[in-house]
Amino acid sequence: MTVLISVAIVAPLLAAACSLAVRSHPPGRDIAVLAGLGSAALASHIMLVTVARDGTHTVAVGGWAPELGIVLVADLFAALILPVALTIIFVVEVFAIGQRRTVWAANPQLSGPLLCVLTSGVSLAFLTGDLFTLFVAFELILVSSYVLLTHQGNRSQVRAGMTYVVMNLLASTLFLFGVAFVYTATGTVNMALLAERIPQLETGVRLGIGAWFLVVFGTKAAIFPLFSWLPDSYPTAPTTITAVFAGLLTKVGIYSMIRFHNLMGMEDLGPIMLLVAALTMVLGVLGALAQSDVKRILSFHVISQIGYMFMGLSLFTVAGTAAAILFLIHHMPVKAVLFLVGGLIENHEGSSSLDRSGGLAGREPLVAVMFAIPALSLAGIPPFSGFVAKLAVISAAVDQGGTVVVVAALLAGGLTLLSMTKIWNEVFWGGRTDGPRPRPAPRRGRRIMHTATALAVAGTLMVSLFAGTLLDLSTEAAEDLRRPASYIAAVRP
Amino acid sequence: MNAALLLAVGGLTAVGLYLLTGRSLSRIILGYSLLGHATVVALITAGGPAGWPPIAGQAAPEDMSNPLPQALTLTAIVISFGLTLFLLALARRQRTLSGDDLVEDDLEDRRIAAAENAPTGPEDPVAT
Repeated sequence: MTVLISVAIVAPLLAAACSLAVRSHPPGRDIAVLAGLGSAALASHIMLVTVARDGTHTVAVGGWAPELGIVLVADLFAALILPVALTIIFVVEVFAIGQRRTVWAANPQLSGPLLCVLTSGVSLAFLTGDLFTLFVAFELILVSSYVLLTHQGNRSQVRAGMTYVVMNLLASTLFLFGVAFVYTATGTVNMALLAERIPQLETGVRLGIGAWFLVVFGTKAAIFPLFSWLPDSYPTAPTTITAVFAGLLTKVGIYSMIRFHNLMGMEDLGPIMLLVAALTMVLGVLGALAQSDVKRILSFHVISQIGYMFMGLSLFTVAGTAAAILFLIHHMPVKAVLFLVGGLIENHEGSSSLDRSGGLAGREPLVAVMFAIPALSLAGIPPFSGFVAKLAVISAAVDQGGTVVVVAALLAGGLTLLSMTKIWNEVFWGGRTDGPRPRPAPRRGRRIMHTATALAVAGTLMVSLFAGTLLDLSTEAAEDLRRPASYIAAVRP
Repeated sequence: MNAALLLAVGGLTAVGLYLLTGRSLSRIILGYSLLGHATVVALITAGGPAGWPPIAGQAAPEDMSNPLPQALTLTAIVISFGLTLFLLALARRQRTLSGDDLVEDDLEDRRIAAAENAPTGPEDPVAT
């Protein structure tokens, strides 16, 4: 088990180093990247099976006591989310290999190694058991995302990159201040010890810490009113990079909130958080309706969907937390697939703008199907995974009597369907406008892209197929989070 | 708690945040550096009173200063150093592209501004 945890974090870093060493040799570079990402993904799947069978496993790095050293904790929550995240990165990298030699492709010499570093950061963020290592993991993710976002150095990327970088730097600074506050108040940064000590603090100090970290993680997760950086920066990056960002980065923020605010017992913040969740859902989807570019529409939907997960968390019940976890599992692949389909649309139509494309359903029926399934899932239409996840979130809210937020959730769901219909009408039906089009990917590349997207679509269908099992596992993970005693016991036997 | 250090944290944060609200990236870089210093001092303050260097055998453990915040601080310094360099590279790139290092308006702002100036149609003034 120790080996699995190490592989998930270290293998991608080694792969990054190897692929940089052989960067002028394309096949070697790709093999190194795919081997690193693949072994991490494989390790995380085995980890899920092991944790589901044997329970939480912890690794004290270097054998230090939890007060002093770094602790890595593979509990059921981490083990559930990690395989989904790492598999998405792997599939996106395969897609990126097919997309080479088109104008939309990322620079493979840089994007492969950086994606590996980002993967390592994601693994570390999910597995870490202390607040400061979480900060380091965030930095690992963010630094690689800064470079991935701006590495082509064109004008719109540098412009959007500046906002993105400055906003996230400010959030990271606030994070460090938060660590200092927590350390002053409790004398530790270990989450298990914090789960013991923070609930004993005075109400004012406790809620201050909770609200502070709500802002810190909320900026990363793009909740209302901290989301303005997201829809501006995501669409400027190459599609594969946006797919990873949209699928994972904001979710790491939500993941941290689900872990931190549940373990530290921040129930008192619930009502305010529910209001924020409602505003995030509705404003995100309204923003999406005003856009006329596939990638920008999808970026606004990222925000709207974050609202649902935040809503599940804000209920602070086992059902609500379980629903938020299930929503995470559903949302990460669906969002990544939609951006990959956006990449296919760019490839076939020459642009992701709604005005310049049309009639794709007739020419590429497979792409139309691969768009329709995740799009319906995003809107929450049965029998796709989005329906199960939304049903879980909304029924958890109904149990708590949150009428306003339930209405907001249903409204956002309807508007999501409207906005997906808009993409469908403009891109897949109707006629095509003429204009200069960049050269599409060669035949072999197109086949790789289609296969990768189809695999990812199949993955989203698996989520709805195994929704019952996943909900059971999520409920079990949520019970552990709502009852910090089991987490504390696992870290300090 | 040392009042002088706390005042230093407050002062550095105030100046840093003020600089961060500027439009030019070189000011933002200075602001970010100051904020980085503020977090370092805050973390050190969080570690309790100063004492002897935390090296085994040099002093009694209860007279030593707390080594954990120092380790955290070191990590934070390295990260903020690297990010400052990245910001400088970004400012240089922006200068090459536009002749200045100003943070430009985002797409929505420019669209709204253009729609107000030309009320005939929502023409997109910028190529994405």
